[in-house]
Amino acid sequence: MSGFTWPSATLLAQSVLSGVFVGALYGLLGLGLSLSWGLLRQINLALFAFAFLAAYLCYQMAGLGVDPLATLLVIAPAFFVLGALLHALMAHFAITPFNSLLVTFGLTGIVEAIIQSIWTADFRKLESSYAEHRWKVASVYVPLPELITLAAALVLSFGVWAVLRYTDLGKALRASAEDAPIAAAFGIHERRNALLLAGTCSALASVAGVCLALGFTLAPSQIYAWVGVVFAAVMLGGLGRALAPLAAGIVIGVSEAVTMAVTAPSWAPLVSFTLLIAILLLRPGRAA
Amino acid sequence: MTALLRRRTPLAIVGAGVLLAFVPALGLPAFYDSLLYLILLWIVLATSWNILSGYTGYFSFGHGAFFGAGIYTSATLMARWDWPFLATLPLAAAVACALGVAVGAVVFRVKGIRGEVFALLTLAVTFVLGTIIVNTPIDGGNGVSLAAAAVPKLGPTPSATFYLLALAAATLTLLVAWGITVTKFGAGLFAIHDDEDAAEVMGVPTYRYKLLALAISCALAGAAGGMHALFLNYVTVGEVFTITVPLSVVLMSILGGSRHWAGPAIGAVAITLLLYSFTAANYAVAGKAAVGLILIAAILFMPEGILPRLMRLLAARRQGAVAAVAPAMETTATAAATATAPAGEVLLRTQSLAKSFRGVKALAGVDVEVRRGEILGLLGPNGSGKSTFINLVSGHYVPTGGSIRFEGRERAGSAAHRIARAGIARTYQIPRPFGHQTVLDNVALAALFGGGLPDPETARREAMTWLAFAGLQDKAQVLPDALNLHQRKFLELARALAARPRLVLLDEVLCGLTPAEIDDAVALVRRIRDQGATVVFVEHVMRAVMALTDRVVVFDHGELLAEGAPAEVMQRPEVMTAYLGQPLAGPDAAPDTASPGTPPAAPPPAGPAPQAGLEARHA
Repeated sequence: MSGFTWPSATLLAQSVLSGVFVGALYGLLGLGLSLSWGLLRQINLALFAFAFLAAYLCYQMAGLGVDPLATLLVIAPAFFVLGALLHALMAHFAITPFNSLLVTFGLTGIVEAIIQSIWTADFRKLESSYAEHRWKVASVYVPLPELITLAAALVLSFGVWAVLRYTDLGKALRASAEDAPIAAAFGIHERRNALLLAGTCSALASVAGVCLALGFTLAPSQIYAWVGVVFAAVMLGGLGRALAPLAAGIVIGVSEAVTMAVTAPSWAPLVSFTLLIAILLLRPGRAA
Repeated sequence: MTALLRRRTPLAIVGAGVLLAFVPALGLPAFYDSLLYLILLWIVLATSWNILSGYTGYFSFGHGAFFGAGIYTSATLMARWDWPFLATLPLAAAVACALGVAVGAVVFRVKGIRGEVFALLTLAVTFVLGTIIVNTPIDGGNGVSLAAAAVPKLGPTPSATFYLLALAAATLTLLVAWGITVTKFGAGLFAIHDDEDAAEVMGVPTYRYKLLALAISCALAGAAGGMHALFLNYVTVGEVFTITVPLSVVLMSILGGSRHWAGPAIGAVAITLLLYSFTAANYAVAGKAAVGLILIAAILFMPEGILPRLMRLLAARRQGAVAAVAPAMETTATAAATATAPAGEVLLRTQSLAKSFRGVKALAGVDVEVRRGEILGLLGPNGSGKSTFINLVSGHYVPTGGSIRFEGRERAGSAAHRIARAGIARTYQIPRPFGHQTVLDNVALAALFGGGLPDPETARREAMTWLAFAGLQDKAQVLPDALNLHQRKFLELARALAARPRLVLLDEVLCGLTPAEIDDAVALVRRIRDQGATVVFVEHVMRAVMALTDRVVVFDHGELLAEGAPAEVMQRPEVMTAYLGQPLAGPDAAPDTASPGTPPAAPPPAGPAPQAGLEARHA
């Protein structure tokens, strides 16, 4: 642990805050993954590719003068359809969770290639008026794009939570996840619900993608940079739960940010992956 | 015929290796040597990955970590301590192997780490290792340059040297991968793939086997890493500890066929050539998409891989020409001459045997004696602890308290495979055959491990005897899927017997059978006892219990309720209450012990008092 230094209080506060912000994005990216893994038994790696595709589309449309947030009006429904189609394909072949991981990985490779052939492998950064706004609150900076991400993560996580908990649709989804044939025998239209949920997961990923475009530089190869840490958040939170990925994402984001402040940025992956290993060893049943 | 094939396969591998060693003599441009080198490298990586992951089904995404450990071991030794290149290779293998064993020793101890959890965990290990290396002086963040290291002169040119090295590595790896499939070790690995718990109960030392498979797999990947370090000439963490290596080997193995030793090699050749042709034509991006498409198509349309598909096509064409493979055997099972001790001696004794699940007492301290040569009926309503008892005695569960003495030796807490070796075999209520293995191989596995036979060939001959004993000799070459429930139950019996156990635990073998089939099964159980084994018989079908058992014990709520001669015990009021409910209760309390084939919707037998019902079943 060379280069271990105690940061100043301001730096520490700024680190914690940026950890919360990046953790919100982990949570937003993890929300769809957690729902699709926990409720549909599909480990949909392609959600990461969808997020990046949405980010690039947002970047492209913003370049034409459209407000980045307004692009969601087109992007979210489009990705809803894309996600539902993907689910229809996987449901048709009735593939196992593990094979869904491999199939969606293959799809991720295809989307990555598409992105690279359209936008090249260079880094792209969305320039928008949002990035210019930031406030100084008691010696720490609060940038607007990150604040939007946090707000989106909170609203969507709580919204999904409320739907799952209080509506008939949510109860039907949870029942189907527990035992699909029995749920169907009780009159739950399992296939329609699953398509709906898969589409929602994909739409959630596209929202995460737009947030990604607002705050981060984009490159096709960056798709994989998010996979490990978001998986850690999803596993830490537990599968199929709406609020858990956000909470776990913020825990991981803050621990990473503090690690970076205390040691060096390159040590950050150690936090999330050690955490992931620990969770998997101590609670392997979480993924079963 | 198979024995002949076996001797041919290693000769073919070595022969191909020797022939290919002459390629550099052709004087092709160095560029071809490098392409061939890459193909061979991927053959080594994919085949070594397959030894653990393909054979046992534990898909590791950590192969990049073990490959990377080999790369950095060699690179460090060469760059920092000026070791000669070839001397670093054994150490690269050793470091990767040690890392694998360390990871496996932790991960394989935790039950439930399989499938996607194992994949994620091993992937996380890759990134942790990468992060540590990049932040320590091993790499220092800048990578390690090997420009000063000398390439040994094994071939006419440096690229030919690398080619020859990789050829040697690939030949060795394929020999190892093939060799494992024909040994007892390989049979155990394939059984773990299909049903790890059943494999353990049948005597496969699952933990040790998984660890050994991982160690071999890692050592080969580590050696390949050491070799590749010098080929790369400049190594960086960013290019080594990625998701690319594990995903490539997964793809290659799935495409080629991960249950066959040669499958990954076929996949490696196909994928490497494909990627190369795209890159050569300046369509690297399209190549990436093509690989994604192939992965999707392979999983959706050919989940078993190219090689098994081809072999099935060939087999279909040859069908009919193949007569019964198994040697003719007299159907009378050679009586296992194990019943040397006098009958009546205590074979198994449990004292205060208890098991709780998170506070729920499934078994609250039972004392049971099983005497040599008897058929002991183990009765009780659903949830009374019968299956827990079987799971404890067979070693599937570790008892919370109490002792299990078998033939005078304490067995409580022993691993299930040790108990199987000691002479206890069990069947499962819902048959759990190894789905990818023929009926013959299913039985042979039990003979191999529980029976302690030395090699699969001997075990197959032994297994034929037991298939004949159970009347399944005609089904020897089919997969368990093709059997009906009755036949699967008999397969369970044949598997239990093939281990030549002194004690057989039968868990509801009659459940779900028709009356005629029950008669068959009853006769079979009697023959099991006659050839020398002691039987514990868990059953709800009273007719069979009365016909077969010498003694019964009755469990209720995890406690021993009664013990004695069957007819006498079943007349006791407390037993009838436990089984059938209070005599005054309405028809709702009808026995859930009614003949198990009855659909739940059928009304309970109208009217008769519980006792009458019982007696009716005695008759």
